[in-house]
Amino acid sequence: MLAPDQLRYTPTHEWAQLETAADGTPLVTVGITAYALEALTDLVYIDLPEPGREVKAGQPFGEVESVKAVSELYSPVDGQIVESNTAIANNLEQLSKDPYHSGWLVKIKPSAPGQLDQLLDYAAYKKLCEANPLH
Amino acid sequence: MDYDNKPRSRTPLYEWHVSHNARMVDFSGWEMPLYYSSIIEEHHATRSAVGLTDISHMGRLRFEGPGAAVFLAELLTRRVADMQLGQIRYSLVTNYQGGIMDDVLVGYYHNAHGQPFYVLVVNACNREKIVAWVRQHLPPERALRRGREVLFSDVTPLWAMFAISGPRSMALLQPLVDVDLQWMKYYRGAQVRILHPAAKRQGGILSRTGYTGEDGFELSIGADIAADVWEVLVEYGKSLGAKPTGLGARDTLRLEAGMPLYGHELTEQIDPFQAGLGYTCYLTGYDFPGRDALLRIQERRPQLIRVGLQAEGRRVPRQGCTVLRNGVAIGTVTSGTFSPTLQKSIAMGYISPEHAAPGTAVQIDIRGRLEPAIVVELPFYRRDRT
Repeated sequence: MLAPDQLRYTPTHEWAQLETAADGTPLVTVGITAYALEALTDLVYIDLPEPGREVKAGQPFGEVESVKAVSELYSPVDGQIVESNTAIANNLEQLSKDPYHSGWLVKIKPSAPGQLDQLLDYAAYKKLCEANPLH
Repeated sequence: MDYDNKPRSRTPLYEWHVSHNARMVDFSGWEMPLYYSSIIEEHHATRSAVGLTDISHMGRLRFEGPGAAVFLAELLTRRVADMQLGQIRYSLVTNYQGGIMDDVLVGYYHNAHGQPFYVLVVNACNREKIVAWVRQHLPPERALRRGREVLFSDVTPLWAMFAISGPRSMALLQPLVDVDLQWMKYYRGAQVRILHPAAKRQGGILSRTGYTGEDGFELSIGADIAADVWEVLVEYGKSLGAKPTGLGARDTLRLEAGMPLYGHELTEQIDPFQAGLGYTCYLTGYDFPGRDALLRIQERRPQLIRVGLQAEGRRVPRQGCTVLRNGVAIGTVTSGTFSPTLQKSIAMGYISPEHAAPGTAVQIDIRGRLEPAIVVELPFYRRDRT
C-alpha cells in the first residue's frame, strides 16, 4: 500500500489507488481520508456495497454515519465492486486509526482506469483540506 | 444554515476553546465547540463524572422593578407571580395561536443589595425574537407605569454561563462556593460567592438545573472573570474525571434524557399539549398570549404527540425522516442520534396518538430505506437516584 502522498483523491474525501490484480488486470482500492474521519468523528455505522454492484464515478456506493451526521461515499471511478472490507465495517475504531491501510473500504474493477488521472493529487488535496481547517 | 453574511458571536471562552483544540461550529450565529476530543468520550464523562460546558450562547434576559412579576405572568405560560426567591421554573412562551415561540427557564433571585429580579434563560436561536416580543408587550408607557415599573435588559453579552453536569458535579463545585449545595434543591438557585481569587471577589448565580438528565448545576458569572473561573473548574475537575464537553455531547445527553430542543421538537407549529408540556400551561390565572387558544386546543384530541423511537439497526433516524406503520405515514422524526449509553439509534418525533403506545412496531424511512423501529417511553435514559 502506498503512502498518502502517492494516492489520488476526490474532492469528497475518498482516496483511490490503482493496483494490478493477480490476473494482471487493473484494480482500484478506495477508502476515506483521515480528514474525512476527523470531520465525521465518532463513527457509528458504515454501509458498503455487495460485490458485483456497478458503480459510477461521482455516484454514491455506500454511506458512513457518525453520531452527528451521515455522509455518502462516492466512487472515484466507473466500474464494478470486486470486494468490500466487511471486517472494517465491524471494527470502525480500526478504520479511524488506519484509514489508508487496513481501513480500505472497497476494491473496484475499473472500466476506465484513466479516470484516476482526473482526481486530485496529494498536493491539491492537502490544499483543499487546509482551506477548510477543522480545528 | 447560512450565517455567512452575519458576524458570528463569540463567548468569553472562545480563545480557550480554540487553544484546546475544539472543533468549532456555527450554532445559531455563535462560534461554539462541537467537541474537544470526541462526542462519545465527553458524553460518558458527563454520565460517569462531570461534564463542563460553555453555554454562554444561551440568552439571559433580566427583569426587575415592582411590575416585573405581573409582566412575566402575562408573558409566560407558567405561573410566575407565586414564585419564591431562589425558585426556578421551566416555562414556554407561546404566540396568540398557542404555538411554541420558545422554552425558557424563569428564575427569581435577589442581588447582594436585596433587590429582587427575574432572569429568563432563552434559547440562542430565539433570543432576538423573544427580545422583540418582550419589547412589543412592554411599550414605554407600560414599562414606566408608576409603581409598576419594569426594567428590562438583555444581559447575555455581560454574563458567561457554564453547565456543570454529572454525578460528581457537587463534589467539584462545593469547595468553590459559599452555599451548602446539599440544601439546594432541584430547580432552585441562589446568588453565590466564588471562593477563589480568579473570581476577583465577584459573585454569580448558581442553580441546580441542567439539560443532560444528570444531577448538575448552571453557573452565571461576569464575562470578565469567565475564562479564569473556567480554568479553575477544569483544574479542580481533573482529579474527579471531569471533562470539558461541547455541544455534540450536550445534544446526545439531552436526547437520551428525552428533553426537547427548540427547532426540532418545539416550533411555532407545535402546541404545548402535542409536545407533552401541558403541565407548563397555567390557563386559569393571568392572561398571556396564546392562553385563549390553548384553552380551546386543550379540549380537542391532539393530531400528533411527541414520542420516543428506538431503531432496530444502527442507521440513525434524523430530523425529517417519515415514520410509517404498515406502509402508511403516521408522523415525522424531529431529532435522532446514536445513543452512547444505550448503544442504539434513538429518536424523538411526532406521530398520531393511536399509534403512540409504547411497544408499537413502526418503520422509519431513512434516506429511502425503511428501517424497523419501536415506539418507546421517554426518557430513554433515567439516572439511578439511589
